[in-house]
Amino acid sequence: MIARLIEGVPRRALVMLGVLLLALIVAPLIASDYLLTVLILILYFAYIGQAWNIMMGFAGQLSLGHALYVGLGAYAAAAFYVHFGVGPWLGLMVAVPVAALAGAFIGFLAFRFRVAGVYFAILTIAVAEFARVGFDHWSWTSGSSGLFLPVAQYSHNDLWLLRGQPVMFYYVILVATVLAFIFCRALLQSRVGYFWLAIREDEEAARSSGIDTFHYKMVAVVISAAMTSFAGVFYAFFYNNLFPEQVFHISRSIEIILGPIVGGIGTLFGPVLGAFVLTGLGETITAVLAAAGIDLPGAKQVFYGICLLLVIMTLPDGIWPWLCKRIGLAERDK
Amino acid sequence: MSALLTIDAVSKRFRGLVAVDRLSFEVPAGGIYAVIGPNGAGKTTLFNMIAGAFAPDGGAISFAGERIDGLPPDLICRRGIGRTFQIVRPFPALSVEDNVIVGALLHRHHVLDARAHAQDVLRRLDLYDKRAQRASSLTLPDRKRLEVARALATDPKLLLLDEVMAGLRPTETDRIVAILKELNRDTGLTILLIEHVMRAVMALAARILVLHHGAAIAQGTPEAVVRDPAVIHSYLGAEDVSA
Amino acid sequence: MPADIYLNVAVGGVLTGLVYGLMALGLSVIFGVVRVVNFAHGEMMTIAMYIAVTLFSAFHLDPLLMLVPIATVLFAFGYVLQAGMINAFITRPEHSQFLLLVAMAIIMVNVLLILFGPDAQGVQTSYSFDSFQFGRLIVDATKAYAGIAAIVVALALFVFFRSTRVGTAIRACADNYTGALVVGLDVKHLYALTFGLGTACVGAAGVMLVLIADVTPSLGPAYTLLAFVIVITGGLGSMPGALIGGLLIGLTEAMAGLLFSPSAKSMFAFAILVLVLLFRPQGIMGKRAAS
Ligand SMILES: Nc1ncnc2c1ncn2[C@@H]1O[C@H](COP(=O)(O)OP(=O)(O)OP(=O)(O)O)[C@@H](O)[C@H]1O
Ligand SMILES: [Mg+2]
Repeated sequence: MIARLIEGVPRRALVMLGVLLLALIVAPLIASDYLLTVLILILYFAYIGQAWNIMMGFAGQLSLGHALYVGLGAYAAAAFYVHFGVGPWLGLMVAVPVAALAGAFIGFLAFRFRVAGVYFAILTIAVAEFARVGFDHWSWTSGSSGLFLPVAQYSHNDLWLLRGQPVMFYYVILVATVLAFIFCRALLQSRVGYFWLAIREDEEAARSSGIDTFHYKMVAVVISAAMTSFAGVFYAFFYNNLFPEQVFHISRSIEIILGPIVGGIGTLFGPVLGAFVLTGLGETITAVLAAAGIDLPGAKQVFYGICLLLVIMTLPDGIWPWLCKRIGLAERDK
Repeated sequence: MSALLTIDAVSKRFRGLVAVDRLSFEVPAGGIYAVIGPNGAGKTTLFNMIAGAFAPDGGAISFAGERIDGLPPDLICRRGIGRTFQIVRPFPALSVEDNVIVGALLHRHHVLDARAHAQDVLRRLDLYDKRAQRASSLTLPDRKRLEVARALATDPKLLLLDEVMAGLRPTETDRIVAILKELNRDTGLTILLIEHVMRAVMALAARILVLHHGAAIAQGTPEAVVRDPAVIHSYLGAEDVSA
Repeated sequence: MPADIYLNVAVGGVLTGLVYGLMALGLSVIFGVVRVVNFAHGEMMTIAMYIAVTLFSAFHLDPLLMLVPIATVLFAFGYVLQAGMINAFITRPEHSQFLLLVAMAIIMVNVLLILFGPDAQGVQTSYSFDSFQFGRLIVDATKAYAGIAAIVVALALFVFFRSTRVGTAIRACADNYTGALVVGLDVKHLYALTFGLGTACVGAAGVMLVLIADVTPSLGPAYTLLAFVIVITGGLGSMPGALIGGLLIGLTEAMAGLLFSPSAKSMFAFAILVLVLLFRPQGIMGKRAAS
């Protein structure tokens, strides 16, 4: 099994991967609270980026509404915790099916009625907006006034209820990101992974090669949605408050997909690299502006936008494919 | 000999234009059968109907004794009809080997089995040495061959080849002819091919169907067909068919 | 509630919808010709709105008089953006184009935020509270002017595309890109021109919208979404479709705001979008492309 996963991976890549993982494991020992929070954010985006990449990078279906699955996961787990005292891990039993169902719903509508390309992307936005307005008016989740998880000073970490200090959250999201990475690698090497790539490359040719494209596109949406919902559960228990206006907003969906596009769409490292680069960039800009004594709301985003522009104009395929050539890892096409 | 594929009074119209007009013929199992005809005769349209890209407006298509007209392309491929596209469409960003693995996975559940099978197919088609290249980097003749390989990897009983020899040099054409003959002999694969290169058609086909304005104007052995006055008049013209 | 109020709200919704339609027309023209989805469309509209607000508060220039100048400024803005940056992306995959325009949108929103702050701004003209009365129907003057101006601008655009040489050349580019290159049309210039026309539409729409609604920097994405909804409802690439889509969405939002709650308005617009996507994916006025 492990042998299959690392088959064909250059030795140097494995070594680098090992070093990176080791660095991430020991990071909390030396990182300040601030740095730890940034790392949590990076891993969070790396995880979701990986999930989104399954749909877009592998199966070629552009979703611009992934905030929907984050929000559904977050609200499902949080509401069950607030109302019934059900912990997040059991809450996942609700969150994952709810998000998967939403994904299946969108997928079914789109793929049955041949809504594709830009139209598909806009359908995903529309459903997310639907959810945003719907949750604004749903009193069970406190509507637009927001759902709050009870918080206290935690002297010890309760992993089962996800109540505790940032270090615990850090390791939870690290494990999730590593698992997601391995899972995606396994998917790419499996039958379904090959079928997805075929669909992404040329759907009609894929069908003529015997692939039930409807079925495999559905599989991609459902897996992606289900994975994304875990990030929502994490979000709810890490931030302890949820507002429809925030979690379902289109800008959340955009945030999710910037990382994988900047990092390199369809690649395994793209989402991870993109998360590091973009979150790192954002924090650096904040720090530089603070040091320069500039306190303008919006200034940070302007610089961020300019950097995004520069990246997309100079490296249209993303940073990772370019980096691969630079460091001599002749990457195959996945 | 029993027929593997039966086309029965099949028609297809595009708006006003009748592309295929109540066409009937049978392809016997185990044979190599060619469809020729001038540009726009309806050959590709015929293939598209057999392969399920679109349903006929009328008539019936049966494969191995069962109706297949109107089925979607993936189910038709599953039943054992592999196809190539006249305007090639390999999966551009995938390697040559991965392209063929996709086909091989149709009836194999493990990627390792599929890869082994794909490599066999690639060897047969002289593409083995190029297996690590991206499909988009291949030359057009190689891309055509890659399409044959991908279709072949799905283990078809019937292979539909749409002008896979267009643009090849004569030596390359001879090589493909040899490969197809070998396949047909070794595996009993039935081949239905559309081809303008008469040299290949004469060398391969046991029977030829000549299509003109969507209808068959002649069918029979190569020798009989090329002597048919109607065929000479409407298609072969001054072309040298003895080559 | 008296029956009149339904009629009044409906007419108000239709007039506002015409302005929305003009905004969406810009998106539709750009997509129809350049084949790029302008994900910064709403942001461009807020730029126009701020220009109008500033000119009004600083020099008391009436937005209606500033319609043409501001549209011209937006035209130049769009022309330069297309020629300078977007043109390199027209053959790239959708997600690349998306990222490019989203990056531009982020910059626009936040530059506006820096310049104008987060609070809502608007204009109060001498006719802001006027209204016309036709029997029992009462129409706000601002909405009437805005709606009429939207129709005039849209008509001008129709005429331009139908009966000028440049307009015909642009349509040729849209129908057949390679063909246009072959016959020697300067496609890059024509694309930039089209993009500029699209942004001029959105600029004109923005100027009229300040008569009806206040503006904040964060409204950009919401207007972008609204433009998508309208354009897909009406038929992507169809000019009359954009106006009809705008009209329909404006009417729907107004009625939904009256009958349910104003905050649920967008839900109805999206419901229409989903229905259209499912049952008439080419849009109300669109032609079905070969799938
Ligand atoms: N999808 C389609 N829509 C409309 N018309 C079509 C379509 N496909 C084919 N046609 C028309 O049907 C007729 C037959 O086309 P077809 O492609 O089957 O010809 P062909 O025999 O394969 O020609 P060639 O030798 O050039 O490949 C042509 O007039 C063509 O323009
Ligand atoms: Mg043909």
